[in-house]
Amino acid sequence: MGKKKLVMIGNGMAGVRTVEEILKLAPEAFQITIFGHEPHPNYNRIQLSTVLQGDTTVEDIIMNSWEWYKENNIELFTGEAIVAIDTNKKEVISDKGRVVAYDELIIATGSSSFILPVPGADKQGVTGFRDIQDCETMIKSSMLYKKAAVIGGGLLGLEAARGLLNLGMEVDVIHLMPDLMERQLDSTASKMLKDELEAQGMNFIMEKQTAEILGEDRVTGLRFTDGTEIEADLVVMAVGIRPNIQVAKESGIYVNRGIVVNDFMETSVPNIFAVGECAEHREMVYGLVAPLYEQGKVLAATLCGIETKPYEGSIVGTGLKVSGVDLFSAGEIEDDKHAKSIKVQNEFDGVYKKIVIRDNRISGIVLYGDTKDSSRLFKMLVNKEDVSGMTSVSILESGCCGGAAGSNDIASMADDEIVCGCNGVSKGTIVQAIQAKELTSVDEVGACTNAGRSCGRCKSQIADILAYTLGDKFKEAEKKTALCGCTTLSRDEVVAEMKEKGLTSVKEVMNVLGWKQEEGCTKCRPAVNYYLGMILQDQYKDDRDSRLVNEKMHANIQKDGTYSVIPRMYGGVTSAEDLKKIAEVAEKYEVPLVKLTGGQRIGLYGVKKEDLPAVWEDLGMDSGYAYGKTLRTVKTCVGAKFCRYGTQDSMGLGIELEKKFERLDTPHKVKMGVSACPRNCAEAGIKDFGVVGIDGGWEIYVAGNGGTDLRAGDLFATVKTKEEVIELIGAFMQYYRETANYLERTSKWVERVGLDHVKEFLADEKTRKALNERLDKTLLKYNEPWNEAIENKEVQEKYYQKREVPVLV
Amino acid sequence: MTKIYLTDYKTLPEKVGQVFQLNGEEIVLFRLSNGEVRAIENKSPHPKGGTLSEGLVSGEYVFCPVYDWKISLIDGKVQAPDEGKVKIYPVERDKEQVFIVK
Repeated sequence: MGKKKLVMIGNGMAGVRTVEEILKLAPEAFQITIFGHEPHPNYNRIQLSTVLQGDTTVEDIIMNSWEWYKENNIELFTGEAIVAIDTNKKEVISDKGRVVAYDELIIATGSSSFILPVPGADKQGVTGFRDIQDCETMIKSSMLYKKAAVIGGGLLGLEAARGLLNLGMEVDVIHLMPDLMERQLDSTASKMLKDELEAQGMNFIMEKQTAEILGEDRVTGLRFTDGTEIEADLVVMAVGIRPNIQVAKESGIYVNRGIVVNDFMETSVPNIFAVGECAEHREMVYGLVAPLYEQGKVLAATLCGIETKPYEGSIVGTGLKVSGVDLFSAGEIEDDKHAKSIKVQNEFDGVYKKIVIRDNRISGIVLYGDTKDSSRLFKMLVNKEDVSGMTSVSILESGCCGGAAGSNDIASMADDEIVCGCNGVSKGTIVQAIQAKELTSVDEVGACTNAGRSCGRCKSQIADILAYTLGDKFKEAEKKTALCGCTTLSRDEVVAEMKEKGLTSVKEVMNVLGWKQEEGCTKCRPAVNYYLGMILQDQYKDDRDSRLVNEKMHANIQKDGTYSVIPRMYGGVTSAEDLKKIAEVAEKYEVPLVKLTGGQRIGLYGVKKEDLPAVWEDLGMDSGYAYGKTLRTVKTCVGAKFCRYGTQDSMGLGIELEKKFERLDTPHKVKMGVSACPRNCAEAGIKDFGVVGIDGGWEIYVAGNGGTDLRAGDLFATVKTKEEVIELIGAFMQYYRETANYLERTSKWVERVGLDHVKEFLADEKTRKALNERLDKTLLKYNEPWNEAIENKEVQEKYYQKREVPVLV
Repeated sequence: MTKIYLTDYKTLPEKVGQVFQLNGEEIVLFRLSNGEVRAIENKSPHPKGGTLSEGLVSGEYVFCPVYDWKISLIDGKVQAPDEGKVKIYPVERDKEQVFIVK
């Protein structure tokens, strides 16, 4: 007998999980075909908010790669929607006219954003928040526009709003009800949440109903039912989701709000099943991942003819994925006279906990600010444990503050305690998998058990379990992350091999160390080039073609393929002569934008690639390396020369530092700042190296960061003379160069290796001297790159020319 | 279909894209490390566009310099998980002369 034909409409999390379960139970039973209307393989929809918030990329949230479908012989049609099901002939028909026959059919079409039926909802700039495309719309809008309005103050709306804030937009959140997330939080917790989010920069417009979306082609604002208006260039509808049931309905399958299924996920039509957000089970439509996965398990067993417990519905707990907010909610949230509740509120620490107890059983949980007890309490709720013998203290183990130590200690966790709520994976299952399959990373645990593969909140706990189970072995394993997909070797192994085998070129490294992709990729090529330069110091010939565009071209590529030119301006100090030259060049080459940069210099933006050498020649100034993994600028204040508060010559020291360290290759960009007094006008506290003048000396701050990982610098040392400043920064810089991973900023590096360790290591004068010697030797090899391009015709032809080809028409 | 002479083979540096302008259209020639020459349109299929001539070349792929998409120089296909296709031109070599067919 041939394989049965299984067709699935929908390529999302619930459906694909069902297929995964089927493949586990009966890998050979079905010939599987999947239709997905999005152009992507199955991705983790829950993580869209982290993509929007900038923590991950679309690539990172793909759960099943194209290869996975191939390996499992699944025929996949993406970008293709099913428009009809012929339940008599047992065929589905796609929007491209493709007809595919089935023996069994799974409908897993998920749901769509509910778009409010108000006038103007079809204007440009109005989007839902449901898929990668919505995310891309928002990211794109954030580059062009300033003001966003999010309609809906629920889970999805707040996550979208946080993402838009991260993208630099001003965000208004409009909510119909007086409380945010009123389905998950009571008004006390809701108020705390609102305060926190307001502090993060969200603006709330409560108890307003949208009447109309204003604008011509593109949205310009909203009008509410009370007649008031706000401005907006982007409107995100996050008022709810609506199951996608159209095709099922038109095909004669019984639907209500969703596609109605029984406890075995069977619809009203034989051989047709529904699973996930499109399915309605016992009058419930679920939008969270845990119940959908439970449904998938039951459906897989049903399809494979394996006896299974029926699906009897789920109790769900929710959290909010917004940084700085820790909340958990499950079950009923309001108490009444028949229920008793434990309430703890600690305004000082921003903690609020409410446990609703009905008939001696926990029936609801709201935790804000401290969710350590969530998995334990949730388990008690699900298992309907009798709490009549317990005291309030033992129910709320972690008390009313930040939590008693050890309450969530891995060792004290019961084996059946759920770690990953989304996938229902217990601590015991994870420990067993780690031991049986010798797993060493969170990703491997996820691949084996599914733990951590959905919302990802439990990943840190999984890491703790790994550490607890493996002990010291975990530490070793942790270090070993491959440099990139081209090799299995880690950074440390590659560097050790380079030294040991005396490797001297990128090509040689990749050959000798057996790179899978012979010529590497954009991750390893620049990294290997850097490590070679770091090891071989002045003996290494840089491989320019292993550098990415900006460093290769010695200019920053702009989105339209033009470049920016930013000449060196030591310490932010310029002269009338230089300003004239810049002005002349800007005029001569019709430079579209002349702008002061954040690093106290002047940028010329929109220069054509083929004009670069001529622009540099006319400027007659050095490259400011505004594109490089190297020292960018040294920002200085005016200092003692003019300022009445200045205690030190900050400009002088800044210029000296910039002249010493310019052009040096570093693992990532390095920024410095020198201020002449603690008022710190040069903002030295958020630089990789910040120097602050005090009466009779200098303070040296390190590992500050004003960008993505905002971090105040740590005071590293206080010294008397500028010579000491330079010596200490030199030693620190070289130690960073020799031990950091490529693309690791000083802020991340210091947090990884520990500030105390660096202090201790650099306390020894001999060590510092040796580091400075290696640094000085390396600094000998650099030439001014713009000048090289002007003088070297070969360089000009190779990198900067565009050739005209006469075409005879 | 016409054969258009672009340049002599010896003027093409290895693994660095060379831009040729034909009536406003830009075509990039890549000389790969195996000696072969490939020609593509200098336009990334990424929704935000951008050029490809400055991309890092590895084997028979070029990485888009702005958004890091990996693009095959054989069939122009963008590699998963991204999707899209770059216009490819057949390259012909007559001794030292390099032509494209369009």
